[in-house]
Amino acid sequence: MKNLFTTKKAIFAVGLVIGLIAAFLQFNGNPANMGVCVACFCRDIAGALGLHRADVVQYLRPEIIGFVLGSLLSAVAFKEFKPRAGSAPVVRFVLGFFAAIGALVFLGCPWRALLRLAGGDPNAIAGIAGLVAGIWIGILFLKAGFNLGRSQNTYTAAGLILPVIMAGLLILLLARPQLSTGAPFFSVKGPGSMHAPVIWSLLAGLVIGILAQRTRFCTIGAVRDVILVRDFYLMAGVLGLVLGAFAANLFFGQFHPTLDVQPIAHTNTFWNFTGMVLAGLAFTLAGGCPGRQLFMSGEGDGDAAVFVFGLLLGAAFAHNFGVAASPKGIGEWTPLFVTIGLASCITIGLTMIKKIG
Amino acid sequence: MERIDARGLSCPQPVVLTKSFIDKTDSGEFEIIVDTGTARDNISRLAGNCGWAVAVRTESDDIVLTLIK
Repeated sequence: MKNLFTTKKAIFAVGLVIGLIAAFLQFNGNPANMGVCVACFCRDIAGALGLHRADVVQYLRPEIIGFVLGSLLSAVAFKEFKPRAGSAPVVRFVLGFFAAIGALVFLGCPWRALLRLAGGDPNAIAGIAGLVAGIWIGILFLKAGFNLGRSQNTYTAAGLILPVIMAGLLILLLARPQLSTGAPFFSVKGPGSMHAPVIWSLLAGLVIGILAQRTRFCTIGAVRDVILVRDFYLMAGVLGLVLGAFAANLFFGQFHPTLDVQPIAHTNTFWNFTGMVLAGLAFTLAGGCPGRQLFMSGEGDGDAAVFVFGLLLGAAFAHNFGVAASPKGIGEWTPLFVTIGLASCITIGLTMIKKIG
Repeated sequence: MERIDARGLSCPQPVVLTKSFIDKTDSGEFEIIVDTGTARDNISRLAGNCGWAVAVRTESDDIVLTLIK
């Protein structure tokens, strides 16, 4: 079937819609400059499941659930649901783990970096610069022949595992069972307690999931394709996102350009930059940004699903071990684990090179 | 006709493989076999940008792109 969404105008329009939706979700309760953030929202889900103890960031974010289920709906409707798996899953898990760590040192995934920029946070510039640097390093490995090997077609049920887990999380969110252990955990203060009504968050996630599945929207691919093949298709989507969010932020009175005291952000330029170098490199080696990994999971990609599990565990680890930053600055083990993450990703890039013909 | 197998590869490898072929030849005809709509769209866009005509057909579960210039 011909895909009518694969023009620059179409993906620019989709980017605009995503930006508008993100600002709208913030206006309706999501944390500031965090209408949508895949890293932060995975961290919140990890918290709700009790994988970490930071009680200010625990919530089962319906946007993430919607991303996966929306992509699944779209993939099935357009006959693009293709169960596949087996391309170095454990490596993808590790890449997801360190991508989460890098993003949580900056305090945002690439999507939030763009939303922070559109909200007037100048600290985002260091993060975006780091992201570009990380992607550039990843491209050096790609050019040298880095790849994680081929995936294989697999069972439909295998391709449905992450969507089914997401449906389970949705049931958990809606049913809100109160176990004696306290699980599932929901923040009563802090960013985890700030959220738009469930139905709006879920609908927003579903709409974004469908549109992104159609357009292949990817914030990492945007930069990568410009550097690697001078292709500005995905970049048009990213520009749309920034402009859409910027316009909507002006409309909602959410644009606050100040040098310091930005919400859920810190001003340490070096670690904003370096955290995102790590995230950008890990995402590039894994083949796409965290949003894209969720959308691919919805299309039946079991390797992308393993990356998402890596994100969840990385986010939990980052908060349990003082690696994640906070508005006060970096954590005790931020330098240690960003260094370990960079060393790990560079080792992966250097040692997994094989010619494919 | 030369055929490149880009099935099962993550982004951007199908595009990288296609580009390496396009870069070393000025004209001709070759096929690339892929297994996702994303790879199909990405290769079609790259080929179009480089002045190659693209024909797409399905072959059982896979997608075959024929590039001609």
